[in-house]
Amino acid sequence: MTLVLTNRFKLKDSHTLAVYEENGGYKTIDKVFATNPDDIIEEVKQSGLRGRGGAGFPAGLKWSFIPKDPGKPKYVCVNADESEPGTFKDRYLLELDPHQLIEGIIICCYAIQSHDAYIYIRGEFDLPYRRIQAAVDEAYAKGYLGKNIFGKGYDLNIVVHRGAGAYICGEETALLESLEGKRGNPRVKPPFPATHGAFGCPTVINNVETISALPWIITNGAQNYRQWGTEKSPGTKMFSVSGHVNKPGVYEVPLGYPIKDMIQNECGGVGGTGRLKAVIPGGSSVPVLTAEEALDANLDYESLMEKGTFLGSGGIIVIDDSVDMLWALRNLGHFYSHESCGQCTPCREGTGWVSKILDRIYHEGGTQADLDLLNEIADNMSGKTICALADALAMPVRSYLKKFPEDFARHIKKTA
Amino acid sequence: MTKVKITIDGHDLEVEQGTNLIEAARQLGKTIPHYCYHPGLPPDGNCRMCLVQVEKMPKPVIGCRTGATEGMVVHTQSDEVKKMRQSIMEFLLINHPLDCPTCDQAGECRLQDYYMDYDRIPSRYQEQKVHKDKMVDLGAGVMLDEERCIVCTRCVRVCQEVAKSEELFVQERGNHSMVATFPGKKMTNPYAGNTVDVCPVGALTSKDFRYKKRVWFLSAADSVCQGCSRGCNISVHHADNRVYRLKPRHNPEVNDYWMCDYGRIDYKFVNDGRRLKPHFKTDAGLQEDSYQNAFAHLQSVLQNYSADQITGIASAQESNEEINAFVDFIKSNFGSLPIYFSKNNPENPYEDDILIKADKNPNSAHIASKNLKPVSEISGGVKAVFVQRNLSAQDAQVLKDKGIQIVALFATNETNLDNLAEVILPIPTFAEQNGHFTNFEGKVQGFTKALKPRGESRLFAEHAEDIKALLSSIKKAS
Repeated sequence: MTLVLTNRFKLKDSHTLAVYEENGGYKTIDKVFATNPDDIIEEVKQSGLRGRGGAGFPAGLKWSFIPKDPGKPKYVCVNADESEPGTFKDRYLLELDPHQLIEGIIICCYAIQSHDAYIYIRGEFDLPYRRIQAAVDEAYAKGYLGKNIFGKGYDLNIVVHRGAGAYICGEETALLESLEGKRGNPRVKPPFPATHGAFGCPTVINNVETISALPWIITNGAQNYRQWGTEKSPGTKMFSVSGHVNKPGVYEVPLGYPIKDMIQNECGGVGGTGRLKAVIPGGSSVPVLTAEEALDANLDYESLMEKGTFLGSGGIIVIDDSVDMLWALRNLGHFYSHESCGQCTPCREGTGWVSKILDRIYHEGGTQADLDLLNEIADNMSGKTICALADALAMPVRSYLKKFPEDFARHIKKTA
Repeated sequence: MTKVKITIDGHDLEVEQGTNLIEAARQLGKTIPHYCYHPGLPPDGNCRMCLVQVEKMPKPVIGCRTGATEGMVVHTQSDEVKKMRQSIMEFLLINHPLDCPTCDQAGECRLQDYYMDYDRIPSRYQEQKVHKDKMVDLGAGVMLDEERCIVCTRCVRVCQEVAKSEELFVQERGNHSMVATFPGKKMTNPYAGNTVDVCPVGALTSKDFRYKKRVWFLSAADSVCQGCSRGCNISVHHADNRVYRLKPRHNPEVNDYWMCDYGRIDYKFVNDGRRLKPHFKTDAGLQEDSYQNAFAHLQSVLQNYSADQITGIASAQESNEEINAFVDFIKSNFGSLPIYFSKNNPENPYEDDILIKADKNPNSAHIASKNLKPVSEISGGVKAVFVQRNLSAQDAQVLKDKGIQIVALFATNETNLDNLAEVILPIPTFAEQNGHFTNFEGKVQGFTKALKPRGESRLFAEHAEDIKALLSSIKKAS
């Protein structure tokens, strides 16, 4: 099936400029520079493209918040700090089609009239880093980046910046702090990056997948993009499926695609014991779905909201019935307490506390009071911090406890 | 600035647009509790203790970074706000060592205060606490107990904003976060003591003060630092008629919330090395004795000079009142010669464009207003002088070279003039009197008495009365 993002993945040397250009790459440039920047923003708005990093904020709307004439530079930052557990889609876009991303960056920069872009890439990404850096170098050599790109009288520089191994730097304002050479702590908002972003200047921050969709959208038009997906979630999305499936991997499907079909058709059915217990639909931080809920759910923003969870980053983790959900939650507790930046009190202390309680219940057994306390700590953490990391643990805590009580009851000590 | 009308807990008030809610509530006499917010530092918003509810906002907001807008309706006492405060206190205390009995901050600790105000529930924490280093020497006389630290970053910000230094930062993540200096480096900035002042808990303590006194035994007197001509406003913290520490006192026109580390330790001379009794020179050296015998000696010395051979040297270290009394005394009793002044005049004095001035005298401006002459210009007619407080080494040398006799030295402490003066009469330090200093900008600032005058020290005016009597008896006799 020909879709939007992954069409060139199977080609040999798909990451090279030559292969990219032979297969439709950089063909939209002439059209872009012949179009008014505001019309590009309008086209992206019309496409309904939503941010693929997790929050799902409409991309065109985000760009329209950038002041037209701020009297200082404007920046574009590509968030390639993909680190949400269960999410591994951006790495393929970086490894297998880096020029698609670069073309997307050119479109975005032109649309908001920015001349400097950063790709903030997760430090642990080695091959993706080498591929995107090589692609940027190729583009510079060919005059596609740098001064007077494509002879269009427009200057554009791209800098690839490697992170140093912190999950939190995927949060857009922590990313900016890190990019500026500071400790990666999220910023208090407002002000938002659209007015006070990188180095205090107006900045658009979009996920790799969001930017990578732009060349197709501009080439084929917003209405064509809407042939896929739903009214509020148009287009296609890449899902990284892992856990108990027979064919884990990255799949691009139209939004609104049923989870059941994703598991059965794309992934070759439930693996492990073959009996589905739970599905995490959007990366480890979103509320979990029971098997029953999951088999009835579609992969788009509003369907999953109706089920009380989120599409998030599209990291689907499929869990069979051999898994102890307390064990799984404990794993998340370790992750989020380790990755909390530590600036806000509820997150710094709450994630560590939750993690230690889960450890104790797992190793020594707990009491009903421990489970009540877990719920209360989760409540005390949610919605009271600078960024969403505290919620990223609080949401699993509440949903696991609520939906899989028997897995927790099993660890409750019989009262003496 | 535009004024806006807001409502806090049902009370209407008018504030400047954008005033943060902590300051807005303060105008009503209400406290929104906070740790990381400090009015002298840029707000950070990390402690979350100041979370309040604002109508029409979907989530609770932090008071320190929420600016007042027209019609804003704020709730700081709702059940939900109270519950949030309690939960923040619980979070802050789960890894806190609760070592209040051995903590120097006890009695002036926000954790203790807010626990009583907003928490008051027993601990629900059964897990192992995170253990960290309890004795980290950050340099510049500042000690860090990492376990007590709540990572509010006030100290980091005070270094950045006041000292313009990036010496402190936060290292590690999550509940292992801690304040640190860079590897192999220590704090050296001369404003490091302010980090201890702004620390709301017992994490940062002063090497100079810690373990010396429980703070609830200390009393405070408003005072002015006499370390340089800036005249930072301070509090003298004292007990048992001794000074234990100096703390800066807010004055937006002079020193804001801060003071330097030189000024901060400039109290030791009040406690130690004092001249507490009259002394006079004998063949066996300097002798401590009664006022009666000291004045008898002074009388015998004064008899060697006529009034027109005697003048005085005033000190820029003394208060406006003491300088006036000294100058008036010299004028009215001698008066035919010019009167001179001396200043504390160290070589290569440190100064910066923050607070510290090169002029290490608190009262140069008042001296300047008295039309006195520097000792270097002392004329041949002068045979004997009364000296207030002390002389610089250069000025002492001038007197030696010209064979000018110091008949009486009015001293707070032992000085390099002790062997040059015929009589030493004890005077109180700034901590033992009320008075005023005039700072380099001409600002006249009052300081108040913290201690009783120590030993037998007396203000110059009291000495002057007795000396006047002495002079008239000399006159009668001649």
